[in-house]
Order: sequence, then C-alpha cells, then structure tokens
Amino acid sequence: MTTIALHALRKEYAGQVAIPDLNLEIADGEFFTLLGPSGCGKTTLLRMIAGFNSIEAGTISFDGTVINDRPASERNIGMVFQNYALFPQMTAAKNVGFGLQTRKIARAEAERRVGEALESVRMSHLKDRLPGQMSGGQQQRVALARALVIQPALLLMDEPLSNLDAKLRVEMRDTIRQAQRAAGITTVYVTHDQEEAMAVSDRIAVMNLGVVQQVGSPAEIYRHPANRFVAEFIGKTNILERDLVRQDGRTLVELSAGQRLDVTDLVGPSATGKVHISVRPEAVKAASSGLAAEVVDETFLGSHSQVRARLESGDIIEFLEFSRRSALWTQGDRVFLEVDTDQLTLFDAASGVSVMRGAGD
Amino acid sequence: MKIGGKPVDGWTSVALLLTAGYLFMVVWPLITVLISSVTNADGFSLDGFATFFSSRLYYGTLFNSIVVTVCVTVLTFIIAFPLAYFMTMFRIPGNRTIQVLILASMMSPPFIGAYSWILLLGNNGLITRWLKDIGLEVPSIYGFAGIVLVLTLQLVPLIFTYLMGAWRTIDVSLLEAAESMGMTGWRRALKVIMPLLLPTVLGGSLLVFVRAFADFGTPMLIGQGYRTIPVLIYSSFIGEVSVDHSFAAAVAVIVIAVTLGVFLLQRYIVDRRTFAMTAMRAIEPTRLKGWKGWGVYAYVYGFLILALAPLVVVVISSFRNTLYGQFVEGFSFRNYVSAQRDIVRYITNTFSIGVTALVLLVIVAVLVSYLTVRRKSALTGALDTMTMVPYVVPGLIIGIALITAFSQPPLVLTGTFAVMVLALAIRRLPYAVRSTTALMYQFSPSIEEAAVSLGASKIRTLVQVIVPALAPGILSGAVLSWVTIITELSTTLFLYNTSTQTLSLGIYAQVIRGQLGTAAALSTILLLLTMLSLFLLMRMSGGGKEIRI
Repeated sequence: MTTIALHALRKEYAGQVAIPDLNLEIADGEFFTLLGPSGCGKTTLLRMIAGFNSIEAGTISFDGTVINDRPASERNIGMVFQNYALFPQMTAAKNVGFGLQTRKIARAEAERRVGEALESVRMSHLKDRLPGQMSGGQQQRVALARALVIQPALLLMDEPLSNLDAKLRVEMRDTIRQAQRAAGITTVYVTHDQEEAMAVSDRIAVMNLGVVQQVGSPAEIYRHPANRFVAEFIGKTNILERDLVRQDGRTLVELSAGQRLDVTDLVGPSATGKVHISVRPEAVKAASSGLAAEVVDETFLGSHSQVRARLESGDIIEFLEFSRRSALWTQGDRVFLEVDTDQLTLFDAASGVSVMRGAGD
Repeated sequence: MKIGGKPVDGWTSVALLLTAGYLFMVVWPLITVLISSVTNADGFSLDGFATFFSSRLYYGTLFNSIVVTVCVTVLTFIIAFPLAYFMTMFRIPGNRTIQVLILASMMSPPFIGAYSWILLLGNNGLITRWLKDIGLEVPSIYGFAGIVLVLTLQLVPLIFTYLMGAWRTIDVSLLEAAESMGMTGWRRALKVIMPLLLPTVLGGSLLVFVRAFADFGTPMLIGQGYRTIPVLIYSSFIGEVSVDHSFAAAVAVIVIAVTLGVFLLQRYIVDRRTFAMTAMRAIEPTRLKGWKGWGVYAYVYGFLILALAPLVVVVISSFRNTLYGQFVEGFSFRNYVSAQRDIVRYITNTFSIGVTALVLLVIVAVLVSYLTVRRKSALTGALDTMTMVPYVVPGLIIGIALITAFSQPPLVLTGTFAVMVLALAIRRLPYAVRSTTALMYQFSPSIEEAAVSLGASKIRTLVQVIVPALAPGILSGAVLSWVTIITELSTTLFLYNTSTQTLSLGIYAQVIRGQLGTAAALSTILLLLTMLSLFLLMRMSGGGKEIRI
C-alpha cells in the first residue's frame, strides 16, 4: 500500500540535464506508465525511484516519507528488467526465493510462497530449470514472480516486454495486468510502445526530453492530447495548418476552399491566429459529399484499408476505409471526405499547446 | 552520501585498499629499482648506464637479445600462420587432438625445452652421438641457433592459439566474396585473411616479443657464450660479474624501456585497426587430396613432433640411469628414488605457495575487474593501469624489485613464503585481471541490480550472485593461472631459499648443478602436474574456449 510523490526532481549526467524539474503523484495500487520515445528520461526516472540513479535535486517520497537517501536494497521494491536479469546459476525456484532469503523468511514459509508465485505465472512445471533452459517469455514470467513474491511496496518494470516477440507481448501484458490487479501493488511501468501502455495502464505520463507532457487515463490522452507531441506520439494523426477565423461571434477554420468548419464550441475563447489541427485517421471517412480530394494510394490491410488522399489545399490526409469495394482505389480517383468535428484537436501553431476549451487554461 | 555525483560505499574502500596495496607492493619496488639505477654510494650518478654502454660485453647483450627476439617473433609468425591456416581450412585427421597437444606443448615449463634439446643435440646428446657414430658432424646447438630454436618452438603455439581464436570470428561469406571476385588460395589468405587478423597477430606478437625478450631460463641453459640481457641482469645482480646493484638496476630499466616501447607501439597500431566481426557461419574445412594433402599433413604433424619431442625426451630420460649426474646405460626408477626427499619438499612447496598465490590472485582479480567494469572512476582507472604494469615488466625484474624494496628493515621479506606468494601473484595478475574483466563485461549490470532490488547487500550480491554466475569462467582462468604459476622460474629466482624452493626452481638448480637425471625426474613430475591441470581444464564446461596465456 504505497503512494509515491515526486517533487521538483532533477537529474544530471556529467553536467547534462536529463530531467530538469519533474513532479508526479502516483496513487496507491495504481498501474502507472511512463511513456515516451527513447532518451526521454523515462528509464532514468524509474531508476531514480528504484535507487539505482542519484538524485541531483528534489525529493522522492513513499507514503509521504522522503526516501532519497535510502539505498535500493532497503526500498522494498520489486523490479522487472528488460533483459529479465535472472541469476543464471540459479533455478527458477531459487531465483524466486532469493528475495525471501535476504528477508530471512523461514524455509517452509518461503517454499510455500515460491510455489504460489510460480503458480500465479503458470511456471510451476519449470521450477527446476535454469534460466538458460527457458524461453524469453518463460524467463520474464519467472522474473515477474521473483519481483512479486517479496510483496514489495512498489513494483517497477523497465520495458519488460520489449525483448519478446509480438504475440508473446500481448499474452504477457495480460499476465502482468492480472498479476498486478490481484496483488494490488502500486506499479510504475516504463515503455516506448503506446499501444502496450494503453492496454495495461490506469494512468499514463507521456514524457519527452525529460519533461512530462501530459498525465491522464489512456482515453484522455488519446482523445484530448495536451499538445502536438502527445497527439503525434499516441496513435496516428494528420496535422493540418490553418488560420482561425472569427466571424459574427463564431470561430471557423477553412479546411479546404469554401469548406468551413465551425469550431466555436471546441476552442477556448482566447484562441486565435494559426493553429495545427490534429485529424485522427478514424475521424475521416469517404462520403457522397464533403471535402474534395484525390486518392494518392490505398494499401489493403485485411480488415481495412489505409488510404492517402490529397486535399485541394495540397495537404495529404491519411484515413481508414472499411468498405468492401471489389477494386482498390488507384491514384487520381476522385473522392469526397467527411470529417467528424468531435474528434479534432487544435493546437496553437507556435507553441504546439492545445487551444481546446478546458485544456490548459 | 555523495562525492562528485557518485555514491560512496564499501567498494570505494576496497578500491583504495587495493590501490594502496599495489602502490606499496608493485609500484614502490619498481621505483626503488629506478632510484637505484641512477644512484650510487655518493648520490645521483649515471654510472650504471655509463658502464652498460661503455663495454661491448654489456651493450652487446642488448643487441643479442633484440636479434634473438626479432628472429623469434618473425619465425613464430611465419610458422604459426600456415599452421593455423591449414588447421582451419582443411580437414586434418585428429584435428582436436592436435590442438590439445599443441596447447600442452605451450603450457609445458618453458626451460624444459632448452634442457631437453641439450639432451638431444647437445655435446653429449642422443642425436649428436648417433650422428657421430655414422660419421656426421652436427652444428652446435649452443648459442644463438639453440636459443632461437627453443624459443620459436615454445612460442609458436602461443600465436597459433591467438590465430585460431581470431579465425573463428571470420565469416565464411567474406572468403566466398573474395572467391567470387576470383581470388583464391594463398593470394586470398594474404590479401583478405591476413589484414583481418592483423590486430590479433599484433597482440599475439607482442606477447611473443615480451616473452622471448624476457626469457631467462633458455639462454641461461643453452646460450653459453651468447649472452642475452636477462642473463646479464641475473649474473650482475647475483654478483658473478660484479656486485653492482646499481648496474643491474640500470640494465633492468633499459629492459623495461624496450618492452614498454614495444607495448605502446603495438597499442598504437592496434587502436587504429580493429574490426568488429562475428561469424554467422564459420569456415567449413575442406578435404585435401593428392600431394597437396600430404604436404599439409607433413607440415602439421612435423611441427607437432618437433613441439612434443622435448617433452617425450624428458620423460624417457627421467628413467635412464645416471652416474655423477650424467646419463649412462640402462633404465630404472633410481632418479626418482634417490631424490625422493627433495621431490616431496619441492611438491609440498609448489602446492602450498602455488595455491596461496592462486587464491590471492583470484580474489584480487575479481575485485579489480569488478571495480574497473562497474565502478568506473579515476581511482579504478588508475588501479586498472597499475595491474597491467607487470605485463611489460619481465619476471626477473619483478624479483629484483621486490628484493630491492623489501630486503632491509623495517620489512624483510627475502626468502620468506610471503614474498614467493606475492611475486607469483603479481606476475600473473595482468592476465587474470584481463580474463576476469572480459567475463565481467559480459555480465549484465541488471542482474546485479535485480539482487539489490530484492534486498541483497553489496557483499551478498558479490558472493551469492556475481561470483557464482561467473564461476565457470573464473575457474578455468584459475587453472590456467595455476599452470603458469607452477612453471614460473624467473620471477622467483632471486626470492627463494631451500625452504621455499618449488619444482621449477628445483629443476633449474639441478640442471645448473649437473644433476641431469634428477632434473629429468623433477621435470616429468612437473609435466605430469601440468597435464593433469590441463586435462581438468578441458573437462570443465567451456574451459577449452578460454585458453589464452
């Protein structure tokens, strides 16, 4: 049962600032994900929480107690690593039992808990195997059991699925989610894979260049990105640059010549000037009328197609098509596109920050 | 607590302690040698150097040493390259056994080679007498030719194992690419393979150079009038020429300057051409037919016979009867029986000193390599450099340094058990640290972090996680160290007395005293011990791959 508070946290490597000033609160039992491109500081932050990285300024608190100077071995954390980090000379059962041994748990009690932990990740049948004799997925299951068996105050996971193949990844993330729910342990999870993050997390912090861009539930982050970076990092999107036009108390943008969209109810009252409009591929569909466009190409992907079309303004829009046309569109085909206004997000062109009503102001 | 952003913990104290130990035990003794080379009774003086360069009797030894060393270095490469090439490219019956035997000949005590070539080709040697009987006169084995012969045969295996290791990293597609462009056979070997192997060749050649340059036993036994610089150091330090320690120290400084120069040159060249290669598909040996096949077999087996001959000769000689130290007709166990008290003493000393040195060596090597890999800092960097010092300092000079530094109060170590252990450990440390460091680099830091995150203390992490995980590699490295420790001669030559005399020192003493039978018996025992250790190494998991000396 642990809440975590990070306050004015700062990290430097040899004079280079990796994290300038970071604040976060993580609730008890929450599955919290740090998401961002490589080099964004997410792993650095995780390792600061674990106690493997020094802290240049600010505080980390567990349940309100500052633990900056507490060594990693005394923070009562369970950690799962990208490369599994199983002890190569110990069997699965010995690996899981290691943390219990350091905690001086009685042998019988330890054996029972090791058995249960292996059972919970369905690895009981391989308890006497050495890591070298297990597949990557099996090793990561043992690593998860090893981290959970000590009933840590906090579970930390550093890209635990990135060494696994695509199918195992999906299976393992369900295992992780279930195990975390069952144990109710506060969890901090690091990944660069936005789909994985959305699948497992209660809340996500999107990071870039050592700065938290947005914190929210997967749906909030996807639907209401706080800035252009988040919109483009989470899922796919098309960005159109347009001018906001104020006319008769209404706010309009001209998507294409003569095609004006009323965004009065979307944007905040102070919004003005150039904006970038984020149009998700699923917000666009082909229709009998609307924005005139010319198909660039269509890629058939099974359940749907991915179409790219050029608007009269010259912008290229990518969208998804679920139609069952017998022949694919080819370059030069004329289409009309309909845009779902509710799925648009507008950002100030200069700052990249959302100008949506209720965002940031 | 933090200093310069890095956590300060028990490891910092370990690093400080080891650095202090090294400064006191290695650096300080070498500095005393340096000081002694530029001082005499009256203070600062370059008399030692002046004497050296004033007489051909002295500077001639430097010239001799350089000629011998260059010849040996070039010859070993000329012989080893085709050997490795044939062994890799062609299917040769008994390939695995040949490699093991070549290795065994490399690991045999160095001076046994010289000794048994004397038994074969010396004034009273087996072959010499046999040729005399049919009226042929053989050129003398003593002097330049003998030293070059013995050292070359001794050191070919060294560069051969280097080449074989490097060859495994060459992907067959590189050879196929060359072939597709019309380049095959020797032209391909020289134009494609040789440049790729160059860094390895240079690394191996440096070792050959340093070993040949610093070798004392071989020129001492077989050189006679042809004196090399280690022999000069020995005789001037022991007082045969003059009891002039400042002269001996000056010569030592000159030797260190030469080896250091070669070391730096090799570093400089290798740094600019290293290739990162991993073989996806290793070279598949092909079968040879006709005269080409016979030629290749003759070369490989011929070398093997030459390399193993000294060992066979020593073993056989040990059972020959002797009279006043010289061999006479008939075979028996007399050599063993008559020297049994000495034998027991030598073996006991070899084990007690050797094992103690080994334990010390392994512990220090693990600590140093952990510090240099995981706790990079100016301090551990300096420590790493210091451990490499004995790599370029010949064993004889390490012995002199220890004697110079620790022969007067407050710390008198000469003749003690401790100084023998210390000398052997110091001598072997650069090699042990290098191999352990390589292991440590392959060991993921997150495994260590996993242990810490599970609540393990630093000492527990080291003892329960790191060391057991690296144990196979550390053990096979230790066996190799053990073999070199028991066959070491020059380092301990100045440091022993009768109560600390080991097998290899015993053999040397018996040869010098002319007790050839006893020497052969002792050599056979040492050889047996070496072979048993190597056999053990081969049985260990992955042991065969680690073999580097």
